[in-house]
Amino acid sequence: MPDANATPDAAKILLRPPIIAAGHTPATVTDKISAVITDATPKWWYGGLGMSLSLLGIFAISVAWLLFKGVGVWGINNPVYWGFAIINFVWWIGIGHAGTLISAILMLLKQDWRNSINRFAEAMTIFAVACAGVFPLLHLGRVWRFYYLLPIPNTFELWPQFRSPLIWDVFAVTTYALVSILFWYVGLIPDLATLRDRTKNRAVASIYGILAAGWRGSTKHWHQYEVASMFLAGLATPLVVSVHTVVSFDFATGQLPGWHTTIFPPYFVAGAVFAGFAMVITLTIPLRHLFGLQDFITMRHMDNMAKVMLATGLIVVYGYAVELFIAWYSGSPYEQFMVINRMTGPYKFAWYALILCNFLAVQFLWSSKVRGSLVGLFIVSMFVNVGMWLERFVIVVTSLHRDFMPSSWGMYTGTIWDWGTYIGTIGLFLTLVFLFIRFLPMISIFEMRMIVPESAKLKKEH
Amino acid sequence: MTESNPSGGLTMEKVRQRLQSGEGPAHWRSLDELAQTDEFAELVQREFSHMLPLEGAGFDRRRFLQLMGASMAMAGLSACSLQPEERILPYRQQPEEIIPGKPLYYASTHPRNGFGRGVLIESHMGRPTRVEGNPDHASSLGKTDIFDQAAILGLYDPDRAQSVQYLGTPRSWEALAEEMGNQLSAQEGLQGAGLRFLLQNTTSPTTISMLERIKERFPQATLHHYEASNDDQARQGSQIAFGQHVHVHYDLAEADVILTVDCDLLNDGPGAVRYTRDFADGRRVVEDDHEMKRLYSVESTPTNTGTLADHRLALAPARLESFMLALATAVGVPGVQARPEAELENWVWAIARDLGAHRGRSLVTAGDACDPALHALVLAINDRLGNIGQTVLVGDAVQAFEDSGTESLAALVDDLNAGKVDLLVVLGGNPVYDAPAELDFLAAMQKAETRVRVGHSFDETGRWCQWQVPVSHWLEAWGDVRSHDGATSLIQPLIEPLYRTRSLDQILALFTGDDAASDYDLVRETWISRAQMSEKQWRRWLHDGSGQASVASLDVSVDTDRVRQAASTLGRTPGLCVLLRPDPTIGTGEWANNGWLQECPKPHSRITWDNAALLSPRTAESLGVSNEEMVRVSSGERSVELACWILPTQADDTITLHLGYGRTHAGHVGNGNGFDVNPLRTSQGQWLLEDISVTPLGRRYRLASTQLHANMEGRELVRTTTLAGMHHGDEHHESGHHLNPDDSLMPGFEYDGYRWGMAIDLSTCSGCNACVMACQSENNIGIVGKDEVLNGRELHWMRIDRYFEGDPDQPSTYLQPVMCQHCEQAPCEVVCPVSATVHTDEGLNTMAYNRCVGTRYCGNNCPYKVRRFNFYHYSDDTTEVLKLQRNPDVTVRHRGVMEKCSYCIQRINHAKIEASVKDMPLAETGLVSACQQACPAGAIEFGDLNDPSAKVSQWQSSDLAYGILTELGTRPRTLYLKRVSNPNPELVRS
Repeated sequence: MPDANATPDAAKILLRPPIIAAGHTPATVTDKISAVITDATPKWWYGGLGMSLSLLGIFAISVAWLLFKGVGVWGINNPVYWGFAIINFVWWIGIGHAGTLISAILMLLKQDWRNSINRFAEAMTIFAVACAGVFPLLHLGRVWRFYYLLPIPNTFELWPQFRSPLIWDVFAVTTYALVSILFWYVGLIPDLATLRDRTKNRAVASIYGILAAGWRGSTKHWHQYEVASMFLAGLATPLVVSVHTVVSFDFATGQLPGWHTTIFPPYFVAGAVFAGFAMVITLTIPLRHLFGLQDFITMRHMDNMAKVMLATGLIVVYGYAVELFIAWYSGSPYEQFMVINRMTGPYKFAWYALILCNFLAVQFLWSSKVRGSLVGLFIVSMFVNVGMWLERFVIVVTSLHRDFMPSSWGMYTGTIWDWGTYIGTIGLFLTLVFLFIRFLPMISIFEMRMIVPESAKLKKEH
Repeated sequence: MTESNPSGGLTMEKVRQRLQSGEGPAHWRSLDELAQTDEFAELVQREFSHMLPLEGAGFDRRRFLQLMGASMAMAGLSACSLQPEERILPYRQQPEEIIPGKPLYYASTHPRNGFGRGVLIESHMGRPTRVEGNPDHASSLGKTDIFDQAAILGLYDPDRAQSVQYLGTPRSWEALAEEMGNQLSAQEGLQGAGLRFLLQNTTSPTTISMLERIKERFPQATLHHYEASNDDQARQGSQIAFGQHVHVHYDLAEADVILTVDCDLLNDGPGAVRYTRDFADGRRVVEDDHEMKRLYSVESTPTNTGTLADHRLALAPARLESFMLALATAVGVPGVQARPEAELENWVWAIARDLGAHRGRSLVTAGDACDPALHALVLAINDRLGNIGQTVLVGDAVQAFEDSGTESLAALVDDLNAGKVDLLVVLGGNPVYDAPAELDFLAAMQKAETRVRVGHSFDETGRWCQWQVPVSHWLEAWGDVRSHDGATSLIQPLIEPLYRTRSLDQILALFTGDDAASDYDLVRETWISRAQMSEKQWRRWLHDGSGQASVASLDVSVDTDRVRQAASTLGRTPGLCVLLRPDPTIGTGEWANNGWLQECPKPHSRITWDNAALLSPRTAESLGVSNEEMVRVSSGERSVELACWILPTQADDTITLHLGYGRTHAGHVGNGNGFDVNPLRTSQGQWLLEDISVTPLGRRYRLASTQLHANMEGRELVRTTTLAGMHHGDEHHESGHHLNPDDSLMPGFEYDGYRWGMAIDLSTCSGCNACVMACQSENNIGIVGKDEVLNGRELHWMRIDRYFEGDPDQPSTYLQPVMCQHCEQAPCEVVCPVSATVHTDEGLNTMAYNRCVGTRYCGNNCPYKVRRFNFYHYSDDTTEVLKLQRNPDVTVRHRGVMEKCSYCIQRINHAKIEASVKDMPLAETGLVSACQQACPAGAIEFGDLNDPSAKVSQWQSSDLAYGILTELGTRPRTLYLKRVSNPNPELVRS
């Protein structure tokens, strides 16, 4: 916990925006955050949830039709056997990565500024993984046999094929989901206890009580909590790197030009963090405004997240550059053709849009003015959200649609059901977000209380 | 029973008719429905009245048993249409030849356009499942074409006519016989003056004798004939040249230098399979690299034969005819004087010298669409080259009719319009759809008082006839037919008629007054009684399916005066023209309801399910039309609208329109596909229309082509060399980018037993699609329909890739059959998460369908893109009758499962079991893959690579062998043999 005497000099602090507004005490922090849950439900929330549920309805219809008819309702074909399902899967998984990075790595690095955004980012991780997890299941031709992918002992003594990256995916994604949920839940326990104590409705209080698992805030509890969260942070840290590395293996171990490349693991991880921070910014900007949480999620947070986005974005751009270089340097006609086809083929619009979104748009973040402007940040982060989806589109579709045999080249377009499933998972995500912000503290109350002293110090300086 | 019962009630006959009038598979369902009607209850009461309980007894045990009994009786009704009742007895002793699970093969003959090809039919427990070539038959030599392969589907076509119908209501055969009896007794006094028959081409001795008997009984009756796909102009040409009606066929084995003139010699006509075999035998340099036949093709529209030509010229008909006149001059045909076009002069002289240097061992052939005068000229060239009797074999005419179909049909139309016809019997064909437009056949036909239609289905012609008479499929009936060489072979049924149908000869017997005769008796009568064949000879013939002598050769000479006169009529004014041709896969429409053939890609355009106006890039540019744009093609008053397809191998100034599409009453599969171009076709312009105009309509129409990209992109997929280059060890097309297959850190797998492999000779493959159809029929491969082909989801396990290379004005077409390459290091295997595709210890890359969950990762990772996915449930498992066709040895795949070529693993396993049971080498079991078995060119070899004497091992170790995409380290087990050509040094540009 930062000590007032040990903090850097005032001048330095003034240069950087604070991570909590001035004048807060532990009590005001608790009041302000828990009020979001205990106060009357704001009208806009119903509207938001309603909209999300209607998108979720699109999801239900799309999935029902898919299961009834088969994956043929999508635009996939020979040679483009993977389409929206895999693009969306990678996109969603990538988005989740920011949450894990914030909650685990920044925690281990004792970056206090993360305290106000980690809860929300973690929740976003879980919801994104839920959306991501839907796609590998739905994309199976025979989804009712999905358990063939799991190492379940059976009388045939048949196991999954451990050489396949798809099996690695199964392990990577399920581990990721499990650790993320545990980490999130463990972090929620002290706050659930706060809500238990503050809720007036007895029935609701008992639900929070059960979830709080008997938390009384004793020193022993706090000690065990610290150990558990450090342990989980330690577990989650490698996952930030490993999950998207494994996802990138789905492509990198394939032998298609445009897939078969060693740059993919770091490039995918950086892309994931890039996409994740973009999504956190996209969601935080409206939410902090709607709930009046500007005191806790300050411009300092926005600035920091923008910087992470810029850094990872540059790594992604480096990845693009290396792909181009290697295509030329390898001397492989297939690789060279792939690059030329991306830039001049029928899907060139996707490639140029991708460069615009992921390369050009991000360069604005060099400017502290843009980083300090919510509108600017929102626009850039939306560009990145779209850009990262396009990146996966370019990787999946333009590599597959023209590979080795010119006789089998084809085209791919998503059908209404592709879009329905994609938009539907956005509905799933938003529904979960709306339920979360209403029923659980979206900012970690107890962790915010830890940074209250900084708030007090800011007050003194005024 | 038919007439005696009260009209309101339901009779057994009516039930039977009702069952049969429904779609074949719906029998059981209609039975259920029937069981709930009042009529049914009444019927049960009447038929089983002795079993009725007292009134008001309610539904007791007895009543229950009665109804059950009635249901059983009804079940018997339906079953007897598959098998005659007397044969449903269980085997008291297992018949020696029927072993459940083991197919039997019977010899028969597949009749098409009047000629037959000997085939062997695979029969599983009494149901024919597959057609293969008969190795003993001269037209087949064990090989087939796409139509032979797809014919099996026609037997089980759910849209077949299933019973006699009068004005759309079912009638019995007895009722038909009674009606015809009445009509004929009225005609007898007139000697049949009001009686007309319209037939198709036929060579069947039995049918011809039936027709003679009809003529005896009704001397004033006339027999007419018309067939949309015919060789009338060729026969007229030989009539000019030889002064008599003859039958011409070729001996390609003897021909070293061949020139085809707008002629798909290797793919079209009754002899094509045999010709392909003889041609390929003389081109297979992998086994004998000294001699190689040389082929020149001059043609207006691309043919499969042309793809194999060492020199191909695409010329519009006007240029083509002047080219041939110049060639005739150069060869020295007396009386012909013509100078070649300057541009083509070296071609004419080079070809003429080459042909002249091979006197008696050369051959010039012209296609059915060529002008009769051109045919005569070609025969004169052959005569001049000493080829008549050597490579051009001339025998007695074998077809029933000498005049041309259009003349014959025009005479019929005149009679019809004059009101001379009381009873018109249309046997086969579909004249309402395909008769020459100017005859307005439909209007004329309606002037006949009674119209009887004998056909396979209720088609465009059937609609306008009162009586619809269903004819048996050739797999259900006895018959006989002549082969391309004039020898007769027997058509032997494999199954009792599925429905209440009769053979064509039996139906003709209705008019000879001999309607009780069975088809078997009629054919035997022709041969045993009339031709004095002994019973032993008959059985031998039946068993072998061959053995009759080809037609006796005639000593003929070419009448050069007549040829000269005819040739003087040749010479057209250049200009845009339309070429009408039978469709490469659905003929003139008779195959339109065959899903396999609809989805079989056209060899050049790779279009499925449609026809299109094929034109060259230059013509398209000058007309201002783009690919898939709708155009109106007009010839005089008549016009058709259809979509364009730009084909680089098409001759400039020509538009090829394929017949057979735009059917309205073909059936569920064939209706509404493509464009009907028959409105342009006239008696005078059967194959060629000049003075045409083309109007672009600006609309687009999507055509479902299976191959969108025709450029090889510099990838060494099809490698080529020349005979001369081969001898000089020229490593044409080689580059340094190849991985040595043995470059691996890991030791290779030791194959102790079998090690399967395949080799495909690109020098002889003409891309005829027979292998594709054979694979489809052998492996229960479904069809997906046009929309799914447009989606890129066709299921064919093997495809024929087509690339255009070389001079953009005269490009070469390279064809390459591609199926699963069974890679040693298969990229698909490692990525499957559930081990659904695995390697066997014999080197096969196999699919476990019931393990596949459909991640499709294998399909992505396959560089050859040979894996096929069931995006939907493509297998039709609701149409009952189609189930009979399926090969019981191959799983019918479900939705969500990946599938691909298995190297015919079911055949491999049969062969292995047979070899081990009989303790003999596998090579002696005659193991062949389905594609190999069908390939007329013998371009596919499959077998055990561990057996050095196996042909496939020898081919694979040849210098010509190469694998595709081997630089990826996949180590494919299917290797290709380079496409070797034998160009004329005089024509090779330096």
